[in-house]
Amino acid sequence: MATQLRIATRNSGFIDPESVESYIAVGGYQALGKCLSKMKPADVIELMKNSGLRGRGGAGFPTGVKWGFAAKYESDIKHVVCNADEGDPGAFMDRAVLEGDPHSVLEAMAIGAYAIGGNKGTIYIRAEYPLAIARLKMAIEQAKEMGVLGDNIMGTDFCFDLELKYGAGAFVCGEETALINSMEGNRGEPYTKPPFPAEAGYWNKPTIVNNVETLANIPAIIMKGADWFNKIGTETSKGTKVFCICGKIANVGLIEVPMGTTLKEVIYDIGGGIPGGKEFKAVQTGGPSGGALTYKDLDAPIDYENLVARQSMMGSGGMIVMDEEDCMVSVAKFFLDFTMDETCGKCTPCRIGSKRIYELLDKITIGQGTEEDLEKLRSLSVNIKDTALCGLGQTMPNPVLSTMRVFEDEYRAHVIDKKCPAGVCAELLEYTVVDQKCVGCTLCAKVCPVNCISGKPKEVHVIDQAACIKCGACLDKCKFDAIIKQ
Amino acid sequence: MTKINSLADLQEKAEKLQAAKTKTMNEKVIVRVSLATCSIASGGKELMAAMKEECAAQGIANVVFKQVGCQTYCYAEPTVEITLPGREPVTFGYVKGDKAKELVQKYIKSGELVEGVISTNYERVVF
Repeated sequence: MATQLRIATRNSGFIDPESVESYIAVGGYQALGKCLSKMKPADVIELMKNSGLRGRGGAGFPTGVKWGFAAKYESDIKHVVCNADEGDPGAFMDRAVLEGDPHSVLEAMAIGAYAIGGNKGTIYIRAEYPLAIARLKMAIEQAKEMGVLGDNIMGTDFCFDLELKYGAGAFVCGEETALINSMEGNRGEPYTKPPFPAEAGYWNKPTIVNNVETLANIPAIIMKGADWFNKIGTETSKGTKVFCICGKIANVGLIEVPMGTTLKEVIYDIGGGIPGGKEFKAVQTGGPSGGALTYKDLDAPIDYENLVARQSMMGSGGMIVMDEEDCMVSVAKFFLDFTMDETCGKCTPCRIGSKRIYELLDKITIGQGTEEDLEKLRSLSVNIKDTALCGLGQTMPNPVLSTMRVFEDEYRAHVIDKKCPAGVCAELLEYTVVDQKCVGCTLCAKVCPVNCISGKPKEVHVIDQAACIKCGACLDKCKFDAIIKQ
Repeated sequence: MTKINSLADLQEKAEKLQAAKTKTMNEKVIVRVSLATCSIASGGKELMAAMKEECAAQGIANVVFKQVGCQTYCYAEPTVEITLPGREPVTFGYVKGDKAKELVQKYIKSGELVEGVISTNYERVVF
C-alpha cells in the first residue's frame, strides 16, 4: 500500500487558516526566525540548493539556483512573487494550500526575500479564488500585527511587506514573464528571455517567481534540513509532489506522495481504481501541456525526467484519469479548445496554430477527416512546438502528439472507418434496435425529438439513420437494452 | 496581540499555545470541519451548524469546533474530523442530512462509530 507523505500540505485540514496562533502552535514562523537569527542569506540559498527542491509550477527549475541568481544582482529593491495563478484544468492544489495554510506561503516568501536581499513581495492570485484571497488578506494582517511580517521582523533589521495582485484568470499568466507584464498593468503576454526576471523582472528590478506549492515546502526544509529533504524522492526529483486526481477515478481528491511513487500506486492504491468495473485507458498528466500515459506507463516512477521521457510532463500536478469510454481524439480536442481560448495571441504559431489544430481535430471527430489530415496534424504540431514564443505555445501540441503516438489506431478508426471506438463522437455513432430484444413498447418512439423511430406497438421498431440526430434519448429511455450505440 | 520581538519570543509563544492545545485535547472533543471552497460548496457550513445545534440540544458542552482547510477527500465531501479525548482522530465523510446529528448522538456522545469513516494513509511532517 502506497503511503502519502504530506510536506506542502502538512497543515491543510489540521489548523485554522484564519488564525495566526493556530499556525504558530504547529511551529509556524520558526523557520523564518531561524533564518533571521542563525543564518546568513548565502547560507539559506546554499541550504535550498542542497535540498534539491525544484519548482512545482511545472518546469521544475531548481529553487535554490533561482534564488542564487537574484541574490547576485545589486539593487535597492528586489521582489519575491508568488505565482498563485493556478489555471490547469483539473488542478486545485494551490488553492487548497492557500485556503488551508496561507501563513506557510507568507513565511516562505519572507525567507526567499531574506535570502536574495529583497524587501517586497507580491502574491499574484486569480480573482476566481475569493476565499483564498480573503484568507490571505487576513493572514497578512495578523502576521503584521504579530510582528512576523512588516517592519523589523522579530526585532531584526529585516523588513518585508507584501501585497496581493489579482489576475483575471489567464492560463498564460502562469508563465513568469507574462505574469510580470500583467502585474505591471500591461497585457498578460510573455516576452523573450534574457533578461531573466532574476536580473530584471517586476519594474525592471531583480525578481524571483515561485509557485505556491514550491513555497509551502520551504519552511519544512529550513526546519528539517536539506539532507532530510533530499533523501525523499528520486535521484533527480527530490521531495514530494501534490497531485489532484480527477476524472474516472473512485477517490477523486488531493494527494501528496514522494517523487518516484508509480502511477499504478497513485491510481489504484490511493485513488481506488476506476469506478464501475471499467477498464483504465489513459491518464493525462501535466494538464494541457502534458500528454497521455497508458497502461504501459503504470509502473513508471513519477518524477520530472521520467514523465518527460514518456513524452508527458509533471506540470502543476493535475491528473485526469480516463477509462474505455473516453475518446482520445475528443480529449485532445478538449485541451486544444482550452489552449485556443487561452493563447495570448502574441506569436503566430500559437495564435493561428492552435486554431488550425483545433479545426483538424474537429474535422476528424465529425467524420470528415482524411489520412492526409493526420499527417498535417502531426507536422503542424511539431512546427508549433519548435517556433512558439513561450511555454504555452511550445507545449500546446503535446496532447495531440501524445494521443496520436499512443492511440494511433483510434485516430485511424475515425478517419478511415469513420467510427469512434469509444462511442463518444456523436456524428460517428449509429443507434440501432436489437430485433431480439425489442418488445415494441413504443417508449423510444415517443421520446424521439425528431420522430425518426417507427414501428407498431408490440412489434420491432426501426430507427431511420438518415433522420437520426444521435441525441441518445431513445437509448436512455429503453428499459430492455434493445437499443445499442456503436 | 502582543508583538513578537525575537525567535525566543516566538518559541515561547509556540510552547504556550501547544500546551493550551494539549490541555484542550485531553479534556474536550475537537471537531474539525473542512471549510475550503469545495467543502463549503458541498455543505460544510451546514454540517457545522447542524452539529453545533445537536450538541446544544443534547446538552453536550465539551466540544470545540474548528474550521480547517481542505481535508483532501473530495470524493467524500463534506468531511469532518473528530478527536475524542485521549483517542486517535477519526475522519468521517459524506456527512449530509441527518448524518451530522447522528455523529453527535453516537460518536461524540458514546464513541460509537457510524458509517462513512475514511481510512487515512499518510505521514505528516511535523516540527
